Amino acid sequence: MGDVVTMDDLTNDEIISILDCAERLVPVAKGEAHLPLLEGKVLANMFFENSTRTRMSFETAMKRLGGSVLNFSSVGTSVAKGETLYDTMKMIEGYSDVAAIRHPRQGAAQYSADAVEIPILNAGDGAGNHPTQTMLDLFTIRQAHGSLEGLNVVLVGDLRYGRTVHSLSHALVRFGARLTLVSPSTLQMPKEIVSDLISEGADVTETGSLKDQIAEADVIYMTRIQKERFPDEDEYAKVAGIYKLESSDLGGAKKGMVIMHPLPRVDEIAPSVDTTDHSRYFQQAFNGVPTRMALLCRSLGVDVPKKVK
Amino acid sequence: MSEMRRVTAIRNGTVVDHIPSGHAMQVIRILRINTSRATPVSLVMNVPSDKLGRKDVLKIEDRELNQEDLDRLALIAPAASIAIIRNHAVAEKMRVELADDLVNISKCSFSNCITKNAREPMPQRLRVVSHEPLEVRCYYCGRGQDIGELIENII
Repeated sequence: MGDVVTMDDLTNDEIISILDCAERLVPVAKGEAHLPLLEGKVLANMFFENSTRTRMSFETAMKRLGGSVLNFSSVGTSVAKGETLYDTMKMIEGYSDVAAIRHPRQGAAQYSADAVEIPILNAGDGAGNHPTQTMLDLFTIRQAHGSLEGLNVVLVGDLRYGRTVHSLSHALVRFGARLTLVSPSTLQMPKEIVSDLISEGADVTETGSLKDQIAEADVIYMTRIQKERFPDEDEYAKVAGIYKLESSDLGGAKKGMVIMHPLPRVDEIAPSVDTTDHSRYFQQAFNGVPTRMALLCRSLGVDVPKKVK
Repeated sequence: MSEMRRVTAIRNGTVVDHIPSGHAMQVIRILRINTSRATPVSLVMNVPSDKLGRKDVLKIEDRELNQEDLDRLALIAPAASIAIIRNHAVAEKMRVELADDLVNISKCSFSNCITKNAREPMPQRLRVVSHEPLEVRCYYCGRGQDIGELIENII
């Protein structure tokens, strides 16, 4: 109950309702309205792997709603002494009302959700899923285009290890978007995911070239080639820097096309793009706050009022 | 000579028929039959079969397979037929059926799955997402599993 481990834990109606709640919560996320919906509640931020945006936006989301946050890091704690994930989660269950978990091992969020009674929000498990990122991505796309249906979304870069794009592609297909997958052959989307997408009725194109896709795109979703997921440096060197967007590449783009990136970026998007009308990645990073607010409310069974003053 | 008579009939125990040809040794492993114990086990491999072309047959004396055994067996021999023998007569016939949820039968083979830490106490769980063709994924990490590896990783 209340767990969000993969996007499959949410129906399309629930997704829309969470996005609607997130929209109403924007003034609270900005600190312009005061709405202590989660006063007295405690969020455990269980980060077994580094994170900047996800961890901080969860914390801001909880605090803006009047709740408090326990920050856990695996460095220098019982985990370093060899504690199992099971034991760590059983302990934290006694200290908090909801937990966000990021873990280097795939399946850690589902494992935690099965181990404890408190709701678990998956904040990234290995190369697996990252559904709260997907929710804020959907929020950002809907904000730009008004709806999700029929859009041509171009996903670029590390589609093999990039958990963000795994969750996102499933969700986009559920809302009728077309997907164009751009990656080098060594970093293609895992075949079981592509086969799932196709069996869900998706219109999927796989290609290695980004420049050909710009003119037709409604959304270009760039990702970083993640050095830390490569077994050796040589393999990384072969593909590092393969896709780069400069403002000069965008001349033929549709007017409303938006460029997104889960951040951090390395050199996939040149700073010259930041000032164009297409850039949305900093807006996207902010959108993590209202979206995670809405997800926290859902997990804790708290209704967001229809009108937020 | 009837193919079933290549080895003597058993008095009490289980006959596992219609094992895919060449897989009887794996069945012995998956059923955790301790081959160094005194209980007689008869093995017939690669005999002609109307249903499978060729098949293996296994006769295990003094052991009646239970539902958990059958669930495990289904991973290797989904078409197997089982006869429980009591006092030389077939007392019960059973078919194997692969469940949708395989708990503590085999281990996920993905090196970065959370279940790879042997000290984690939660059960190993695999999901059968398709029976024909057989497609199995880890319940926790979602990775597609190689059936050969699953058989190697039998618990």
